[in-house]
Amino acid sequence: MRRTQVQATINGERVEFLCEPRQSLLEVLREELNLTGAKEGCNNGNCGACSVLLNGRVVNSCCVLGVELEGADLTTIEGIGQAGSLHPLQQTFLEEAALQCGICTPGFIVSAKALLDKEPHPDEHRVRWWLANNLCRCTGYDKIVRAVLKAADQMEEVKPV
Amino acid sequence: MTTVDRPSYKVIGTRPIRPDGVEKVTGQAQYGADIRPPGLVYGRIVRSPHAHARILSIDTSEAEAMPGVLAVVTSRDLPTAADKVEELGETAVNLRELSENILAHDKALYHGHAVAAVAATSSQIAAEAVTRVKVTYEVLPPVLDVRDAMRPDAPLLNENRHTKAMDGSLSEKPSNIASVVQFKGGDVEAAFAAADHVLEREYSTSMVHQGYIEPHNSTANWNSDGTLTIWTSTQGSFVVRAQVAQVLKLPVSRVRVIPMEIGGGFGGKIPIYLDPVAALLSKKSGRPVQITMNRTEVFQASGPTSGTHIKVKAGIKDGKLTAVQATLSYEAGAYPGSPVGAGCMCMISPYNVENFDLTGYDVVVNKPKTSAYRAPGAPAASFAIESLLDELVKRTGSDPLEFRLSNSSRENTTMVTGVPFPRIGAEETVRAALDSPHYKSPMEGPNRGRGVASGFWFNAGLQSSVAVSVNPDGTVNLIQGSIDIGGTRASLSMQLAETLGIGYDDIRATVVDTDSVGHNDVTGGSRTTFASGLAVHEAGLDIQRQMVQRASALLNVPEDNLEYVGAEVRSKSDPSKRISFTEIASKSGQTGGPIVGKASLSARGVGAAFGTHIADVEVDPGTGKVTVLRYTAVQDVGTAIHPAYVEGQIHGGVAQGVGWAINEEYYYDEQGHLLNSSFLDYRMPTTLDLPMIETVLVEVPNPGHPYGVRGVGEVPIVPPLAAIANAVADATGHRFTVLPLSPRRIVEELYGL
Repeated sequence: MRRTQVQATINGERVEFLCEPRQSLLEVLREELNLTGAKEGCNNGNCGACSVLLNGRVVNSCCVLGVELEGADLTTIEGIGQAGSLHPLQQTFLEEAALQCGICTPGFIVSAKALLDKEPHPDEHRVRWWLANNLCRCTGYDKIVRAVLKAADQMEEVKPV
Repeated sequence: MTTVDRPSYKVIGTRPIRPDGVEKVTGQAQYGADIRPPGLVYGRIVRSPHAHARILSIDTSEAEAMPGVLAVVTSRDLPTAADKVEELGETAVNLRELSENILAHDKALYHGHAVAAVAATSSQIAAEAVTRVKVTYEVLPPVLDVRDAMRPDAPLLNENRHTKAMDGSLSEKPSNIASVVQFKGGDVEAAFAAADHVLEREYSTSMVHQGYIEPHNSTANWNSDGTLTIWTSTQGSFVVRAQVAQVLKLPVSRVRVIPMEIGGGFGGKIPIYLDPVAALLSKKSGRPVQITMNRTEVFQASGPTSGTHIKVKAGIKDGKLTAVQATLSYEAGAYPGSPVGAGCMCMISPYNVENFDLTGYDVVVNKPKTSAYRAPGAPAASFAIESLLDELVKRTGSDPLEFRLSNSSRENTTMVTGVPFPRIGAEETVRAALDSPHYKSPMEGPNRGRGVASGFWFNAGLQSSVAVSVNPDGTVNLIQGSIDIGGTRASLSMQLAETLGIGYDDIRATVVDTDSVGHNDVTGGSRTTFASGLAVHEAGLDIQRQMVQRASALLNVPEDNLEYVGAEVRSKSDPSKRISFTEIASKSGQTGGPIVGKASLSARGVGAAFGTHIADVEVDPGTGKVTVLRYTAVQDVGTAIHPAYVEGQIHGGVAQGVGWAINEEYYYDEQGHLLNSSFLDYRMPTTLDLPMIETVLVEVPNPGHPYGVRGVGEVPIVPPLAAIANAVADATGHRFTVLPLSPRRIVEELYGL
């Protein structure tokens, strides 16, 4: 099948790539761009393990086509923080033991970042409502919800008044 | 909350960050589907659309002719497997049946059964090629329910299968009942005759799935020298190696299994499905081949746990549980091997019951071959007995926890196997539940109810092997072969730090491949922190001994006058003569070379686990939706090495148990098609379906482990089914005996719709 040229900004860098029109964004990220932090759990939008931020909005990358990235701004888990400069959410996930196997973790962090970008002071119910599209089978969500609330608290502390 | 006194530890009981954590929160951790060896091509499985069908022919020519298709395989490419049983740790498997399950030979036995596979240069071409493999079937009537399958006139999955009795004898007529087990003690009939209250009920549960978020995957490369490399997501790399070697008839030494990070397993990633297929496709294509299941394939064709039917009768006299009689029938799926034996052995273990008669049937049906699932066999059995006791105890007027306290198993209570318990914490969990803020709080409001239940799991020991390498700068590498699925790189590092007196951060734990360490059994049976922990402790003692030897040369003090204390070696007679761990390490080149500690063992001294749970629910009278308002899980955890990770295990077990109780079920049509093979229709709990889960960690140290470790991962899934069902009964005044307690079932039963 003919491949289409796509230009986009991914994690702050201008990127040009070729993909088949039938390839999902998740396939493009994983198979063409070697960004494997977004995971395939279901490939039909039910588990949230492939969550990414498309123009600031959280989407399931398995439900978006790669060609839809043309001109867009994309943030994946790889663009959120690195060892040594972790995002507060990544740090609180570690401190609060909010991950076990870790396969859902990138999706949770991406979704939670989208929440905190939009609403810096969510309560427990709001966190649960926002993260209801992300499935975790290891943790029962308890520690994930606590980690997000803790990150929100910490981000509030460091912000200028 | 933590209870009971214990020795003071430096590292054990703290909450450090897991060594695999940063890679996981930054998306850098490499799971099975993330690996990209050069030249990689993609495999895909052709699956049966029928639940029960004879395979008349397979025509692969059209698929093979497609541009981009590199190889097609069927069961004809598999060597004939031996008809013998291979132990896999928590489960065992017959190799011929394993081979037939990997690629169906003459019959497809469930919807989704693999019948062929293709490899192509892209995943899209592979998906197209699957549709070009022409399989001709003779469709046979399926049998889908355990009770239907047990009828004498039921369609047979295998005309040559006869029921195996406990003495090994076989039934005269062929049957879907693969085997029968029985556990008897005392005289149940006499006890029932003498009892004040006797009640009998029947309970059913549906087939449910472990629901790990990462689908099965395997990447294989058949190397030019005839060796085979497999990268996969598994709970036991050595068990994968053993199964692959047997199925493909290769020497074990020629198969190297590299375990990738695993995205959840819960017992479901012990058998192999894709690995030999990827290997055969690689052999034919000359390229590394990666196969990943999609979610539908995971539901249809991996290893969920049994649907069950359990008939149970119990008697109480003077407040004592005097007799239990039960018949447990478990669906094995397409091939024998349900956990019904474990169900029988766990069912009444929380209680000291003198008279019992428990019979278990392992029954094949046209559904996927079941695998282990967290405390395999126990949750359904516990649902039955704990629901019955709830109803029965209400008739006596006792408090359900007080009843459990006065009937609790204790040290030296014998299990149904006749083996006495060592020191256990069953009673302590009930007492802590009685004392919990949750149980002391009032239960108020319309349509609300509270339920309690207790549960038991054996835990496992099995084989572990570790190596510990001391580096010249005093840091340490811990080489483990046990798969880390729930934080064992951390829990093993902590035990090693405690043994050596060094810091947790001075240790780096790595899970290595099967060429690089001795055999380790699966991460299953809640065994790794316990059994690999024993090995780590022994390897630490080995290092202590070597440190003393090296210090003797460096300090010029005889070995018998030296002792290892903290992270140093010092003279017993003159404590001013001392040398630190780091200094000995830095001089190891002068004193005999690298310091490496090792330990290999078959672990003994397993400590059993007990839990008692309390659930508050509200049942919407209009929709039948059950909302969990509050949940407390009390568990004897032995010693909580890393309390936050222990809590996490309990949270996860409770969440799965709540899902099992309220929503999860395999839903088949009459022809045996699985209708709900997606996360949308197979409804697992989301963030909105659970409250915060309160945990009470009771620590009754296991005398069989130097730090008192008991496995903690499995027992928390045992009590929730009954705790929720008992709470729903309390809320509605109606006793539900069939799971799940979905809105549909609740409304149907309450209003007769």
